[in-house]
Amino acid sequence: MAAPIAPPPTVPRTAPDTNRYLLDREKFLGPIMLLPAVIYIVALVGVPLVIAIAYAFSDVTVGDQSIDWVGLKNFRNSWGNAAFQKALKNSLIFTFVTQALVMILGNILALVLASDFKGKRLVRFLILLPWATPVALVAVGWWWIFSPPYSALDYILREIGALGPGGWWSNDNNAYWLALPDRAQFSVVLVQVWRVLPLATVILLAGLTAIPQDVREAANLDGAGYMRQLVWIRLPLLAPIMLVAFLFGTVFVFSDMIIVYIMTRGQPNDATQVIPHLAFMRGVQSGDLASGASVAVFLFPVLAGVAALMLRTARRAETS
Amino acid sequence: MATVETRKLTKEFTGHAGEGVFAVNGIDLAIKDGEFMVLLGPSGCGKTTLLRMIGGLEHPTSGDILIGDHIVNDLPPRARSIAMVFQSYALYPHLNVYNNIAFPLRAAKMPREEQKKQIEWAAGILGIEELLKRKPRQLSGGQRQRVALARAIVRHPNVFLLDEPLSNLDAQRRASARDELQQFQRRIGTTTIYVTHDQVEAMGMGDRIAVIDKGSIRQIGTPEEIYDEPADTFVATFLGSPPMNLVKRDDEILGFRPEHFFPASQAGSTDDLVPLQFTPLREEYLGAERLVYGDVDGVRAIARFPSTTHLEIEAGHKVDFAVRRQHLKRFDIETGLRRYGAG
Amino acid sequence: MSSQLQPIAPPPIESGPGISYNPRTARAKRIGARAALYSTAMFFVIFAAMPFAWMILTIFKQNADLYQQPMQKSPFSFWGELNQPPTLENLRFLLWDTNYLVFVKNSLVVGFFTVVITLLLAMPAAYALTRLSGGWGESLGIAIFLVYLIPPTLLFLPMTRIISELNLKNSIWSLVVVYPTFTIPFCTWLLMGFFKSIPWDVEEQAMIDGYSRFGAIIRAVLPLSVPGILTVIVFSFTLSLHEFVYSLAFVTSTANKTISTGVTTELIRGDIYFWQALMAASVLVAIPIAILYNLFLDRFIAGFTLGAVKG
Repeated sequence: MAAPIAPPPTVPRTAPDTNRYLLDREKFLGPIMLLPAVIYIVALVGVPLVIAIAYAFSDVTVGDQSIDWVGLKNFRNSWGNAAFQKALKNSLIFTFVTQALVMILGNILALVLASDFKGKRLVRFLILLPWATPVALVAVGWWWIFSPPYSALDYILREIGALGPGGWWSNDNNAYWLALPDRAQFSVVLVQVWRVLPLATVILLAGLTAIPQDVREAANLDGAGYMRQLVWIRLPLLAPIMLVAFLFGTVFVFSDMIIVYIMTRGQPNDATQVIPHLAFMRGVQSGDLASGASVAVFLFPVLAGVAALMLRTARRAETS
Repeated sequence: MATVETRKLTKEFTGHAGEGVFAVNGIDLAIKDGEFMVLLGPSGCGKTTLLRMIGGLEHPTSGDILIGDHIVNDLPPRARSIAMVFQSYALYPHLNVYNNIAFPLRAAKMPREEQKKQIEWAAGILGIEELLKRKPRQLSGGQRQRVALARAIVRHPNVFLLDEPLSNLDAQRRASARDELQQFQRRIGTTTIYVTHDQVEAMGMGDRIAVIDKGSIRQIGTPEEIYDEPADTFVATFLGSPPMNLVKRDDEILGFRPEHFFPASQAGSTDDLVPLQFTPLREEYLGAERLVYGDVDGVRAIARFPSTTHLEIEAGHKVDFAVRRQHLKRFDIETGLRRYGAG
Repeated sequence: MSSQLQPIAPPPIESGPGISYNPRTARAKRIGARAALYSTAMFFVIFAAMPFAWMILTIFKQNADLYQQPMQKSPFSFWGELNQPPTLENLRFLLWDTNYLVFVKNSLVVGFFTVVITLLLAMPAAYALTRLSGGWGESLGIAIFLVYLIPPTLLFLPMTRIISELNLKNSIWSLVVVYPTFTIPFCTWLLMGFFKSIPWDVEEQAMIDGYSRFGAIIRAVLPLSVPGILTVIVFSFTLSLHEFVYSLAFVTSTANKTISTGVTTELIRGDIYFWQALMAASVLVAIPIAILYNLFLDRFIAGFTLGAVKG
């Protein structure tokens, strides 16, 4: 048997202090660490949310800040109002059309980025630009692209013979993208698609790359071709993540007022008016807080629905 | 150095349906000063929870933990004068080996000069002087284990707690690590509690073994006691590879080790033989030995022979086998507990 | 020893085509797939990046080159027969003759304090939710994350009231107070993912080695969370630069505007648009943010996917 090891002489160690170790106690430390964030969120999100709903049932204005109960009056006023009706319809249609396009294009683009090719990193960076850039600033860029008479888009259309005298689409020199109702709506949706597509794509891409290699290899060995694998393996496995991408996009598009504010201000004739922008116009620009709030609360059902679906998705992810 | 004792130690967790689940259920354990105690059991038996309670990482639901005759229930880990080596070794990935070993010394606010002396001492014992500048990710599994041990001994703890420290090593490296670790413990003489699910480690290293199942201790004893005189059918089948054969006979269960089960024709004297009918089905040749799988009274049984033994048996045909009486263990058919005395 | 086992025979396959493989058509298919891949990628790149290309081009255009009526020469060129060479005059104008640098400074100040407040509140909360809370931590974490989805467009009216009660109207500090309402929820969620990936062993080892629970967090957990903390810094900073609605609602004086509102409201005067300066103002901010964002993209996405993607 080997000789025992003698430890080198040590300096006396400090005796363990036996006070009640406050910073060791999880029951104490947990709430202390959590509370600041929770208090902050309750005070600056929870309380405003309640006030927002209270405003909607009151007659509060910038001039008269006292909240007097008026029941459903604001909603009745809104409901019969043409601008509101257009805004609600536009919000729903813009969101739906945008999301339908984004899901189709996002899946295609994610499949492209999931394959290996030269310059993929650069492609990914360029495709991400619209999402990474402040919305207000890129909306200004698009505004410039659409605005006559120096519209770059119109120039291209003239060059390919679509616009201008004798053009196969229109004889005008410009398409007046933001001045004609249907073209303005098209422009708003186009910019929304352009902005949200990158987010959906990278979420879907994360889902695609998470499909285990062995599942794909097994499918290869079983003789499944690209389309068969896509339809039977990749897309079904991707379904939960598609829902996540869809839900985020829905929230971002439905609650956005920036693109409309900068490009059209809801014009022409409320053709591009949307709920959040109308709420802003009434609440901030006209100073009618109650009316603005009663419009804004129409965002609530959609957001609540999205939140419920998200909770369900997260729960499933947790238990799987 | 210190003794470690647990008294009626219990840990209850809340299960999925909100019901209480006992991870550790009233364990009494007394570990002597300088002893190498192995806690052995299948995964989920509560052995790691027991170790973590001794280390202060879990708070017991009831019962007491004593280290060096002091109740330490309410002391945090740092006040217990223990060192622990985790299964993963839990080296701090952002610190090099020197700073990993220095970590507990800095916590104790030891002067730098003294730290250096202690670290050199610990590194010397474990032969890792050359590795002091490396980061953990640049080390092999065996080297990581040594660093973890160096970090454990550097502040001269009263007790070592080791949680399956060899399970991340490959089989070859594990055998030599086992040897090193035991040598090291013998030389340094610190009370050690070692958790494992590997019976070979338990048998090879422990002064004593506590076999644990479902939160309770089934048997405590030296490796010989545990192997030769198992207290119940769980211990009998958990230790030994292949495990003890268990055959129902009348109102009790007979247990016998595969190496004690042989053809009656090969027995020298016959006066203490218990005959059993064995139907061999399949044979495994393992180099130094061969295992014959078959059944006795319709129950699976295994016989083990040195490769040098010549056997004349044919698959599917009954053969007269036997076990010597002193090798036959009897267990209660209801409780599985050992029945002692003549039968 | 001999064994007496029945061999297993599969049932015979009655009909159906086997798998056919023709090397030549397979090769043609591969080339076709490759071409489709590149052209699709190209299409999307043009769609995503064209507006930026046009914006960048605009910055260097001389007035006479840009505002031609009717447009006869290509606006996309500098060296055409009728084009004029690029100029830096527009950049000079933006930086020295407008309030752009004031907006940039305001944005940086707001961004900095938003990041600090976010870190101070989100880090302890995320840690508590992952480590100290038992089963309900994950659920509460998701609840906090959902707060991120409540948009400014729903809250800005009561927020305006709160801000004026706090006497912060028309001040950049109003934004410092409000921006963490959307950065904290998302960053708490992001950090929870990070803390979960740090092995408990390391933390417990630090406690065994002589630190209190709190000490172990500082000594062992924080150094390992540096990537997570960086992610949170970048994310909350970019989010605060992106924000528009609160800034538009709270701040009306030029001197206190941030980039996103300052550029879009102050650089446009009546009918006279300084398009080149406007584009420069956008691009100068947009491109650095995009690069920063891209570096941390994978981590943001891990947060966005709600754990529905593992690995």
